[in-house]
Amino acid sequence: MSVDAPSREVPAPLVEGTSRRPRHWGRFVLPTYSWLVIAYLVFPIVVMVIYSFNRVTAGLQLVSFSWNGFTWQWYRQWSNIPGLTSAFWLSLRLAIVSTVIATILGTLLAIALVRYRGKRFRGKAGFEQILFLNIAAPEIVMGASLLGLFVTFNVARGFFTLVLAHVMFSIAYVTVTVRARLSGFDVALEEASYDLGANPLDTFRLVTLPLIMPGVLAGALMAFALSIDDFVTSNFVSGSSAPFPVWVYGASRVGTPPQVFVFGTAIFTVGIVFALLSLLVSKRKV
Amino acid sequence: MEQPLPAHHPGGVGSPRRHRGRGKGLAPYLLSLPAGLWLLVLFVVPLFIMLSITLKTCSPASGACVMTWQWGELPHVVNQYRGQFVTSLVFAFFATLIDLVISFPIAYWIAFYGGRRKNFFLIMLLVPFFVSFIIRTLVWEFILSNNGVVLSFLRGNHLVPSSFHVLGTGLAVVAGLAYNYLPFTALPLYVALERIDRRVLNAANDLYATRRVTFMRVILPLAIPGIFAAFLLTFIPAFGDYVNQEILGGTSNTMIGTVIQNLFLIDSDYAGGASLSAVLLVISLLGIWLYARLLGSRTIEEYL
Repeated sequence: MSVDAPSREVPAPLVEGTSRRPRHWGRFVLPTYSWLVIAYLVFPIVVMVIYSFNRVTAGLQLVSFSWNGFTWQWYRQWSNIPGLTSAFWLSLRLAIVSTVIATILGTLLAIALVRYRGKRFRGKAGFEQILFLNIAAPEIVMGASLLGLFVTFNVARGFFTLVLAHVMFSIAYVTVTVRARLSGFDVALEEASYDLGANPLDTFRLVTLPLIMPGVLAGALMAFALSIDDFVTSNFVSGSSAPFPVWVYGASRVGTPPQVFVFGTAIFTVGIVFALLSLLVSKRKV
Repeated sequence: MEQPLPAHHPGGVGSPRRHRGRGKGLAPYLLSLPAGLWLLVLFVVPLFIMLSITLKTCSPASGACVMTWQWGELPHVVNQYRGQFVTSLVFAFFATLIDLVISFPIAYWIAFYGGRRKNFFLIMLLVPFFVSFIIRTLVWEFILSNNGVVLSFLRGNHLVPSSFHVLGTGLAVVAGLAYNYLPFTALPLYVALERIDRRVLNAANDLYATRRVTFMRVILPLAIPGIFAAFLLTFIPAFGDYVNQEILGGTSNTMIGTVIQNLFLIDSDYAGGASLSAVLLVISLLGIWLYARLLGSRTIEEYL
């Protein structure tokens, strides 16, 4: 465990008597505590990874609470549960499709919200309230009301309704993320592009988009993560085509096959590698 | 929401060069149209449909609903499931409180002492999100089970009686909720603390405030909007959650989310489910409204 020196912005105490204890806090108590919290957050993940290597002794191939010895069996037989594998591919397809749609729609909306205000964009405030409500509303309410919509209009539930739902709850997150990056955007760069004779489309393609790309990518990652992990809304609108979380939940009520933890470990590894890589890339640029 | 476009849009603001293209005044509306339509049809309209279903009377057998313009189901179901509402409020409240206590010091540490590794620590705070929500909760079922790691240790050292169990109790549900929603608390707190102007702290220091006084009289008051935002952003999803209750709570301590899900997906009682969802939504909005009244409507959006 290594501890950073307190950053310079934090004022050094002037009063002599108080100086020892705060140092102690910043250097020892807070970091120790923080690493304990991080350990608490990581702990279930470690348990998941360990149990993905747990041998099964009883007849049924279900994860057991007790440790029976190490095995690679579930990694070798990762695709042995047809329902689980197809649910996973369904989730992946769903996440890709809804991420693409949500990222495009959310980015366009973010541009409109940042760029135009007042008389030029009537209804902006209403938009912002709907975005906020969309993020803040309990997910079960959104899922239930979508089910109400599909039942009212007799829409068959399946992949199509899942895409509709996932794009719906991702747009607001994409917009908020892209907007945060856009707010520091220098409009003079676009004006320079117009001055040099570029049309609006070329300006967007060659000037605006590259500049806001980090924000768009962050928004897309957010949408992907939300979609692949969504249970509550999907459970309401999936019908018979269950995505990964819905399938796992259903299976867990009977008994969880060990392959679930293999998939969990794989998704975690890919996700954390992506996150740490993006951290390295963003550091190099600065 | 989309509004009708003005017939002639005043386009004379700003530099004339930027308005050369045809239909420039339409640009914000065209840009926001696809997302607006999507949200209108699949978010706003369904909410109104749900509210309208609360005015209908449904037959549980066929699931067919007839508009009767009565709040028929509403007082009935709210009364019937009052206990589950109270359970949800209590569980969500304690889980949120635990999250605030756990995450304030770490958010404080990252904001003030994180240095160049701030982003790394933020990813560590988000680490639970890299594992599926359902799997996370299933793993907690493992950990808290009678022969799981925690209880075997406690019993082995005679710290608890051998009949002591966690799974199937409210304690397990609160623990699961607290774990699953911790990042929702920690991030707004971090944003709030990070945003505090360091010069204000220097000023407090210059005026001979001790560390404790600076914390109590400067940092804490400035962090209050963030604390409330963190509370709401954790409490609202925890209040509507039913996965933790179903996996960790067993058959007891049913939360309102479980009831709503069962009414919709098992009993096909859409009127009852919609009524309960409407109440859930109103309670959540009440919290947001209260926040807006006390601390200003703009600020909570800054923590998303």
